[in-house]
Amino acid sequence: MKDLYALFRFSLAGLRVMVAATVVLGVLYPLLVTGFAQAVAPWRAGGSLVTATGAHTTDPDQAVGSALLGQLVDDPALFRPRPSAAGDGYDPLASGGSNLGPESPELVAAIEQRRVEVARREGVPAGQVPPDAVTASASGLDPDISPAYAALQVPRVARANGLAEDVVRRLVADATSGRTLGVLGEPRVNVLLLNIAVRQAADGG
Amino acid sequence: MSELAPALGQIAALVVLLALTVPSLGRWLAHLYTSERHLGVERATYRVLRVDPDADQHWRAYALAVLGFSLVGVVVLYAFGRLQQHLPLSLGFGALPADGAWNTAVSFVTSTNWQWYSGEATLGHLMQASGLTVQNFLSAGVGMAVAAAFARGLARRGDETGDGRVGNFWADLVRTVVRVLLPIALLAALVLVVMGVVQNLSDSHLVTTLTGGHQAITGGPVASQEAIKELGTNGGGFYNANSAHPFENPTPLSDLLEVYLLLLVPFAMAWAFGLIVGDRRQGLAILAVMGVLLAVSVALLTWAEMAGPGTAPQLAGGAMEGKEQRFGTAASALFAAATTGTSTGAVNAMHDSLTAPGGGVAMVNMMLGEIAPGGVGSGLYGMLVLAVVTVFLSGLMVGRTPEYLGKKIGQQEMVLVAVYVLTTPVLVLVASAVALTAPDGLAGLQESGPHGLSEAVYAVTSASNNNGSAFGGLTSGTPFWNTLLGLCMLLGRFVPIVLVLALAGRFARQQPVPAGAGTLPTHRLLFVVLLTGVALVVVGLTYVPVLALGPIVESLS
Repeated sequence: MKDLYALFRFSLAGLRVMVAATVVLGVLYPLLVTGFAQAVAPWRAGGSLVTATGAHTTDPDQAVGSALLGQLVDDPALFRPRPSAAGDGYDPLASGGSNLGPESPELVAAIEQRRVEVARREGVPAGQVPPDAVTASASGLDPDISPAYAALQVPRVARANGLAEDVVRRLVADATSGRTLGVLGEPRVNVLLLNIAVRQAADGG
Repeated sequence: MSELAPALGQIAALVVLLALTVPSLGRWLAHLYTSERHLGVERATYRVLRVDPDADQHWRAYALAVLGFSLVGVVVLYAFGRLQQHLPLSLGFGALPADGAWNTAVSFVTSTNWQWYSGEATLGHLMQASGLTVQNFLSAGVGMAVAAAFARGLARRGDETGDGRVGNFWADLVRTVVRVLLPIALLAALVLVVMGVVQNLSDSHLVTTLTGGHQAITGGPVASQEAIKELGTNGGGFYNANSAHPFENPTPLSDLLEVYLLLLVPFAMAWAFGLIVGDRRQGLAILAVMGVLLAVSVALLTWAEMAGPGTAPQLAGGAMEGKEQRFGTAASALFAAATTGTSTGAVNAMHDSLTAPGGGVAMVNMMLGEIAPGGVGSGLYGMLVLAVVTVFLSGLMVGRTPEYLGKKIGQQEMVLVAVYVLTTPVLVLVASAVALTAPDGLAGLQESGPHGLSEAVYAVTSASNNNGSAFGGLTSGTPFWNTLLGLCMLLGRFVPIVLVLALAGRFARQQPVPAGAGTLPTHRLLFVVLLTGVALVVVGLTYVPVLALGPIVESLS
C-alpha cells in the first residue's frame, strides 16, 4: 500500500518532468537544430535537391531530384541505377530492402534474371556483371552504383547519345567518389549527377 | 565489395576516435554521478518541477521512481499515437491502431525502438520530434541512471547509509540529459546536417525526375532525431530504411560518426564505473571484456559479409543484397556488429539479408544480453551482473565465500542475479514458442524453414533484449506480434532494472570486507578471461538449440 502510494506520487512527479522534457527536448531542441540547419546548410537540410543542369536548389519545383536519392531510369540512353525494393522502385515513401535471406529461392531467381537482363542490355558476358547491378540496396534509394557497373554501361550510353566513349568515361570519373580518407566506405558513382552530365553533354554536342 | 586494407582502416579510425574521447567522457560521467553540486539550470528545473534532488533514495524508492516515470512515458506516448490526427504537422496521417500505439509506446520508453511501422508512411513530424525524440533522450537517461545507482551501491561503505540507499533518480536523470546527452546530441546533429542529413519541417514534395517520372522528396526533423538515436543507443529510424536511408546516413563519414556515437557512451560508462568505485582498473577490466567481445563479433561479421557465403551472394558475386554501395560489405558489417553489440537496433544494411553466419553473429550479440558494450546504461549493469556470476563461480572452485569489490555475494544476492540472468532467455524462448505455435504468429513470417525460424527468434530476441533491429521479412504490424513483442520489451526492460536496483540496495548496505588470500582480483587478465568465458557460456547453454535450428542449419545447408 505504501509502495502503491509512492508509485503514484513518483508518477505525478514523472508527469511534470515529462512535460518539461517534451518542451525542451521535443520542441526547442529540434527547432534549434532546424534553425541552425536552415542558416548554415539550407541546401543539405532541404534534401540536397538539384536542377536539370546539376545546380543546387532548395525549390522542389525547380528540381529533378535529390543528389542523395537514386531514381527510376527507363531511358536507354542513360545510366541505370541498382535494383530497388522501395515500393515500385525508388519510392521514398516506402524506403527499405527486399529482406530476402541468402538462401531465399525468390532472391536467387531474381539475381539470375537480373544478371541475364543486364548482360543482354550491355552486351557483355554474364560473368562480368558486378554484384551491385543484381542486388537491391538496403534503402531502395541507393544513389550510387559501383565504378564497375558504371564502366559496363559506358559503351551503351556513349552509343545512344552519339558521344565518344572517352567523353562518357570522363563524365563517369567526374561523378565518382573514392573512399573517404582512403579507408571509409566504398568507391561509388552518383547516378543522377552522372545522368545530368550525360544529358548536358548530349545536348551540347 | 570491400577490400581488406580499407576495412581494417575504418576499424582503426573508429578505435582511435573512441580511445581519444572515452576516458574524458568517463571522467565527466563519474563526476556527475558522484557530485553533490547542482548546476543553476538544474536547480531551477527541480524547483519548477517540485522534485527533491537531494534525497538519498532507498533502492525501493529509486525503483518506484523509475517505474512511475516510465509508466507516465508509456501513457503519454500512447496518447500521442492515438491522437496523432489532431496534432499539428501530422502530414495527414491518422491515429495509430491500439496495438500499434501500445507497441510503439513501450518500444521507445524501453529504449528498444522496435518499429512495426514505416516512419515515412505512418508518423507525422510532431509525433517523431516531440513524442519519439523525447523518449530517445529519456529512456537512455533512465538506463544510465540505473547503471549509476548500481555502481554507487557497489562503491558505498555500509556505515554511510546503513539501509541500502543508492542515490537520487531525478538528479541522475536530469544531470544525464542536461550535462551529457543534450550537449553531445546537439553537436552531433549539427555535424550531421553539414554532412547532408535532412532537417526541416516540410511535408514531402513531388519532383519531376530527369526522365519525366515523379518522386516524393520527404522532409522532416531527421538530424535532431538521428543524433540522439545513435548516442542513446536507441535505434528507431525516422524512415523505414533507418540508417541505410541516404537522408539519415548520407556518406561513409556520417556512417563512421554514427557508429562512433553508438559506442561512445557505453564504453565511457565502463570507464566511469572504475572511477566511481575508486579503482580505475576495475572499470578497465569491464571495458576490456566489452572490447574483446565486440572485436570478435566485428571480425566474424566482417569476414562473413566480405566472403559472402550462401547461394544468393555467391551467385551475385558478393553479399550486396540489402546493402548500400557507399558503405559496401565492410562498413555494413561494422555497423551491424556495433548496433547489435549495443542495444541500438539502428541498421545501415538489412539484417534479414546478411549472410547466414553474419546474421547468426548479430543474433548472438543480442543474446549476450547486450553487453558488448551494451546499451548506454544497460550494458554496464548487465556486464556487472555477469561479473558477480564470475566471482561466484570462481569462489565455488576454491571454496571461499565470493566477494566483488569487497561486497559478499551471499545466497540472497545470487537469487537476484540468477533471476536476472534467466529473465531474457525465458522471455525469448517462451515467446518464440508461442509465436511458432500460434497461427497468427506463423502468418507473419516471410520465409519458411530455418530462415523463417530465424526471423521469429530474431524478433523476440531483439524485443526481449531491448535491441530493436529486425529481420525485416517478418510482418510484425499485426495485433498478435505487436502485443507479444510489446510484452517482451516491457518485461525485458523493467524486470532486470528492478533486480539490479535490489542488488544495488543490498550491496550498499554491506560493509566491505578487506581482500584476503582467497579473494579473486577483479582487475587482472585472469578475471577478464573468466568473465568473457562466463558471458559466452551463459549464452551458449541457453541458446544453442535454437541457434542450431536457425542460422547454423542455414549455414550448413
